[in-house]
Amino acid sequence: MTESAATVPAASSPDDAGIEGRSTGDRVYRVLTLACAISIPALLGFIAIEILIGAWPALSKFGFGFLTNSTWDVGAGQFGAAPMIYGTIVSSVLALLLATPFALGVAIFLSEFAPPWLRQPVAFLVDLLAAIPSVVYGLWGIFVLLPILRDTVMPFLASLPVLGSSPLFSGPAYGNSLLAAAIILAIMVLPYISAVSREVLMAVPRSQREAALALGATRWEMIRDAVVPYARSGIIGGIILGLGRALGETMAVTMLIGNRAEVSASLFAPGYTLASVIANEFAEASTEFHTAALMACGAVLLGVTLLVNMLARWLVGRVGRGGA
Amino acid sequence: MNAPRTTGSQRAAIERTGRTLGRRRLTNSIMLGVMYVAAGLATLPLVFILVHLVREGASALDANFFTKMPRPVGEAGGGMANAIAGTLVLVGTAAAIGLPLGIGAGLYLAEQGSRRLASTVRFLSDILNGLPSIVMGIFAWQVLVRPVGHFSALAGGIALGVMMIPLVTRTTEEMIRLVPASLREAALALGYARWRTSLSIVLRTAMPGIVTGALVAVARIAGETAPLIFTAFGNQFWSLSLDQPMSALPLQIYAYATSPFEEWHRLAWAGALVLLALVLIISLVARFVTRSRFGGGHD
Amino acid sequence: MTTTVMPPALPSTSTTPDASPRVRVAVRALDAYYGATRSVRDVTLDFMDGQVTAIIGPSGCGKSTLLRCLNRMHETVPGARAEGEVELDGTDIYGRGVNPIEVRRRIGMVFQRPTPFPTMSIRDNVAAGFRGMPDAPSRREVDVRVESSLRRAGLWDEVKDRLRDAATGLSGGQQQRLCIARALATNPRVLLLDEPTASLDPLSTQKVEELVYELRGTVTVIIVTHNMQQAARVSDRTAFMLMGDLVEVSPTSQLFTAPRDERTEAYITGRFG
Repeated sequence: MTESAATVPAASSPDDAGIEGRSTGDRVYRVLTLACAISIPALLGFIAIEILIGAWPALSKFGFGFLTNSTWDVGAGQFGAAPMIYGTIVSSVLALLLATPFALGVAIFLSEFAPPWLRQPVAFLVDLLAAIPSVVYGLWGIFVLLPILRDTVMPFLASLPVLGSSPLFSGPAYGNSLLAAAIILAIMVLPYISAVSREVLMAVPRSQREAALALGATRWEMIRDAVVPYARSGIIGGIILGLGRALGETMAVTMLIGNRAEVSASLFAPGYTLASVIANEFAEASTEFHTAALMACGAVLLGVTLLVNMLARWLVGRVGRGGA
Repeated sequence: MNAPRTTGSQRAAIERTGRTLGRRRLTNSIMLGVMYVAAGLATLPLVFILVHLVREGASALDANFFTKMPRPVGEAGGGMANAIAGTLVLVGTAAAIGLPLGIGAGLYLAEQGSRRLASTVRFLSDILNGLPSIVMGIFAWQVLVRPVGHFSALAGGIALGVMMIPLVTRTTEEMIRLVPASLREAALALGYARWRTSLSIVLRTAMPGIVTGALVAVARIAGETAPLIFTAFGNQFWSLSLDQPMSALPLQIYAYATSPFEEWHRLAWAGALVLLALVLIISLVARFVTRSRFGGGHD
Repeated sequence: MTTTVMPPALPSTSTTPDASPRVRVAVRALDAYYGATRSVRDVTLDFMDGQVTAIIGPSGCGKSTLLRCLNRMHETVPGARAEGEVELDGTDIYGRGVNPIEVRRRIGMVFQRPTPFPTMSIRDNVAAGFRGMPDAPSRREVDVRVESSLRRAGLWDEVKDRLRDAATGLSGGQQQRLCIARALATNPRVLLLDEPTASLDPLSTQKVEELVYELRGTVTVIIVTHNMQQAARVSDRTAFMLMGDLVEVSPTSQLFTAPRDERTEAYITGRFG
């Protein structure tokens, strides 16, 4: 390319070799900022490698079985991550199911319906949800959410006609459960999903809206037929970004999920997630092997969130390009 | 008039005009109502949490909380002085790492990156931003705790600092891009070297926006617990040494909330109130730092 | 190009302050490129010491690019480069071992839109070009140079009581004269003005034009403008460019009354542009 060919010589042009003083400052500055920029990929690689190294003893012993074995017995030195993977997926997916309708409702409300005087305060409140530290959610969950679940919500769900007798809502209602984790996660990922959705909805060109309105569509028909389809891949990207957050969310989940390595069909049963097993056991891990198994959980979590985030970025990026 | 493309969905809209207008109007009103309810319900948890936090926290909050050390179970009047100091030290350490690296990377991306390298770094920065904080914790443990054999505040600070980098990089790049190119030209034409142009003209002009971004990043990491559990670890005693385990507000809240003791629960609420107040104050300050000193007269 | 007319370096008649001006800036066979596009073609041209030279021509004719080659600003645009020679007092600024930063310190430049540094006060803006350099002057000296530069730019009386205020508080015309003061403060041998009044109202434009007129004799001024009346009002000599070529350069009065090239005539009589 002519352009790159023309820019390359600029670096070695007389710029660097003046008789009246070499401008080494520019070269130093360039190298320093480049080093800062390179530090990002370097750190990412370093993190992945170090965690794989730490996880290696467990991964090499259990191999693929680490993902499928459902026995996590510290005393016996048996480590299978299946219960954690199950708990992570169930709590996150359930959280998304709970959060998405509300998040989209807020996003559509804010971008399409809200009167200007209400838009700012509601947006601010929703953003505030994202600012609350995870541990504060956990604290609130322990002392407010769990009692409500135990005394009201769980008995109610269990008393439902058909669903109540399904395995989904069976077993004793202690409070600490997959359900509790999913609810707190839903509250926590809601602002992320709604923020991304709002952005992509606002990016829908006016011409799309006006075209629908000009055809005689009502506001709702315009949103359903013109706005949402246009922004669809971005909204899905936002939901997947929320999934990434939910998968890796640690503290609130650790405080509410019950921390027991079992696979149970009941949402009332306690569970474990990849993040919460690390938070709960890592500092007290007694054997090298236990540590390595926890590291391996971290490696699985890292891999999954990497994939999920890449997918989300790709989807969100598509709206920007598709909208041109 | 530029004619917008007619999509399939818009043709569907035409077909629907066949339906009675009254029914369509009704649907419209119902959906509008649903949106209002959804927005209301979405803000409800926040209201719940805030109300409860203020009620429980305020009743447990007194001067002792800020000045006293934690007491053993059963002794009243303990505080979290060491945890508050610890949080400040940890956040300071994180900022000392995250700010220079993030600002440097943002400058590079905005000003001199080759296009392919810049977009790669930008993408990976987003990915780094999406890493679970607990992963950052085990990374810091593996690199900084395991080799030396004991927990340290430094490891916690570095874990938090790494989390700050992508946030600061992103806002720095965005803010630098807002600075009109004409200012850069004017400085170069005055005989400024590129590095001086970048630092004393461009960066200085973008500074209010970058400060805002830095504050937002600080607010986010100040409440993080997961990266600290097995790095800074927590400490029942007063310690400001980076080489030693250190307490932090989130750690102390976690420990007290999961304990069986009533008195500690009260302190956990007080701690949560203080932590949230800290985070919110930083966020609000960030909002009000003036962003608009780009001056009149150009672009 | 065979059509390029090189005038003899004769002193122009009435408006010349110096009886026998010498060449301050000599452009020799200059080509300028943006990527593969050549926007200045084989231009050879002299700029006389102490004179005001205007470069006119329709949009996109390469006049601004030519100007930006004179202080090596052209190459700061990614993909842009220049070939040929530009001599400043006999030294080729594109020669080996020449530091473009030093070139730019000796040649001032003012742009279309005012570019006061928004984080600096009026005083600091004027001092921006010479303060913080290796040979930093004392505080007193800074004040003296700030005042004299502002006086030369005709701005002193308007701002002397608010030197510490933000420069962005000034009007557009004042900002532009501030930028001229900032450029003059480094004592440049040459001042390049790139359509300096394009964003100004008529009154401010007039002030800047008067200022340019007064600067002759003390500094070599090269002004790019698409406004022919402006060129006629302020310049001693005028160069006409078209599609990257230098068509004609003549004493201003001659170029506008008796152009030698028919394309010049077509342009100044408004048949295109």
